[in-house]
Amino acid sequence: MRTNFKLALKILGRRKFFTFISLFGISLTLVVLMVATAVLDNLFAPREPEQNFDRVLGVYRVSLRGKEATETMNPGFKFLDSYVRPLPGIEAFGMTSEPTMTATYVGGSRIDVVLRHTDAPFWQITRFRFLEGRHFTKQEDDSGARVAVITDELRGKLFGSGSAIGKTITVQGDNFRVIGVVPAVPDTRQVSWGQMWVPIGSYPSSDYRQQFMGNFIGLVMARSKDDLPRIRAAFDAAAARVPIPDPKMFDTLDVHLDTTFQSFVRPFFKSNAGQGSFLLARAILGILALLFMALPALNLVTINLSRILERSSEIGVRKAFGAPRRSLVSQFVMENIVLTLIGGAIAFGLSAAILASLNASDVFPNVQLDLNLRIFGYGMLMAVAFGLVSGVYPAWRMARMHPVNALRGGAQ
Amino acid sequence: MIKLENVNKVYRTERVETLALENINLDVAPGEFVSVMGPSGCGKSTLLNLIGLLDAPTKGKLSIENTAINGSGDRKLARFRNEKLGFVFQSFHLVPDLKVVDNVEIPLLYRKMSGGERRKLAQQALDRVGLASRVHHFPTQLSGGQQQRAAIARAIVGKPRILLADEPTGNLDSAMGEEIMSILHDLNQNDGTTIVMVTHDERFARRTDRIVRLFDGRQVA
Repeated sequence: MRTNFKLALKILGRRKFFTFISLFGISLTLVVLMVATAVLDNLFAPREPEQNFDRVLGVYRVSLRGKEATETMNPGFKFLDSYVRPLPGIEAFGMTSEPTMTATYVGGSRIDVVLRHTDAPFWQITRFRFLEGRHFTKQEDDSGARVAVITDELRGKLFGSGSAIGKTITVQGDNFRVIGVVPAVPDTRQVSWGQMWVPIGSYPSSDYRQQFMGNFIGLVMARSKDDLPRIRAAFDAAAARVPIPDPKMFDTLDVHLDTTFQSFVRPFFKSNAGQGSFLLARAILGILALLFMALPALNLVTINLSRILERSSEIGVRKAFGAPRRSLVSQFVMENIVLTLIGGAIAFGLSAAILASLNASDVFPNVQLDLNLRIFGYGMLMAVAFGLVSGVYPAWRMARMHPVNALRGGAQ
Repeated sequence: MIKLENVNKVYRTERVETLALENINLDVAPGEFVSVMGPSGCGKSTLLNLIGLLDAPTKGKLSIENTAINGSGDRKLARFRNEKLGFVFQSFHLVPDLKVVDNVEIPLLYRKMSGGERRKLAQQALDRVGLASRVHHFPTQLSGGQQQRAAIARAIVGKPRILLADEPTGNLDSAMGEEIMSILHDLNQNDGTTIVMVTHDERFARRTDRIVRLFDGRQVA
């Protein structure tokens, strides 16, 4: 084993072009896989301030369907308040509006602000880290207090480096007192992205309370992940009993409790897509990754097969001097595994560098892309498996060569 | 030491059947230096491949050191080649990606031996053929004669009792050929190595103990 390892390093060191081509294929594939999964991970995996989201489901869309018309919007306050808030056995129910682009003015300059209206439980479901101050309470929401939580990024633009607590921001004609500051959130986070959060009760009008469809997202936090299927079933049962508004126009209501991933892929499926469809979506992503990984493996098989003739003299010599087939196979397989592992190490370094430069750039503002060690582990495992597969067949062909033919240059 | 009895070798393709060796009877004594001569295509290399267990006879018996070889499996043949036989080829067949010393170590890779021991034996073998100063060179950095000496070092590093040389001087000029022949004679006379050498060169053949002549696959002398 050790001898084969050393031999592999010597051979790969001497065959620089072959080694370069193979390493290029392996490491490029792993780098793309790592960067892609880092982005997907950032979009969908539970992470700050959504670290609880492995047990959070949301109502993101409501669709009303009729023979002649379909209407799809975010759920309204009334729908969420009437049919989602009362779900039994949940830990918390919260709401947030979709982000609204608005503006404030500082010294005559316009500063854009991404504004969201939320209730108090929203801060229980999300887990923002407060740099200063606090979030607003149920009492403040109910009373329509003009208080706000802002990001450190907005604080910097509006107030410079000092504390923002107690200072006032004017948006949409209202003055809001800052009571808390949180770190900026990337816009890849559907639920928690924003720059300024104010109580739902601070809307100037209470019309929103009567809306079946509106601009809210309803969030349901379960006590544990195991409760999710039960909560989903309870919601589906409740949704089936919802009286359809305007029954002359519409006859079907489509509404679901989804994870963030499901809310993202649902538009690609039929409106009533079940859990099987989402498993299918994951399976498709997995198969795509597998096919993608198969490319360097096929490349290695092709290169290795073409090397049979080139190295037939070596095989002949080794056979003549007593190499059993098993030794030859293990030698050539070891070469492939070493190649794959070196490719993996290069990919790890390159991925870390690319993700660090993406984090430092403005390509994804406020995004922290991390190297996903679990995915890297899977990637490496697959790469080694492909290394084995791509090595075994050519090695087996090599080892089966008749020694006399091998010494003649591979002619059969 | 080496005994062939009524050995035939037939090569078959879909259309043609070629009788490469017919009814060969040969007995090589321990410590004997035998040369095999004959025109191209007469079966010299085929005979050497059979003795070297790189190919199997179609008919007849082959035994080496009183061990019948016929019908042995791949693993047994490999072990036998590794322990008892050494090969020298006309075109050297050094592995270009490996240094000279690594090439010489090849037969020892298939024995239970530490890396240090392998390296020591390889250096001794290289010293024996006068290549101690070329240990860390690659084959392409050596002359033809030096490459063949490295190949001889590889053949003798495992201390085999039998050395099979297929036209070892065929790719060399006469001076280098002389060098190689003197190394082979030294191995034969001082170590008692049994040598079977295929050659086209009558001068070198005459300096061996016996000449076996083949013509059209038959033994004529």
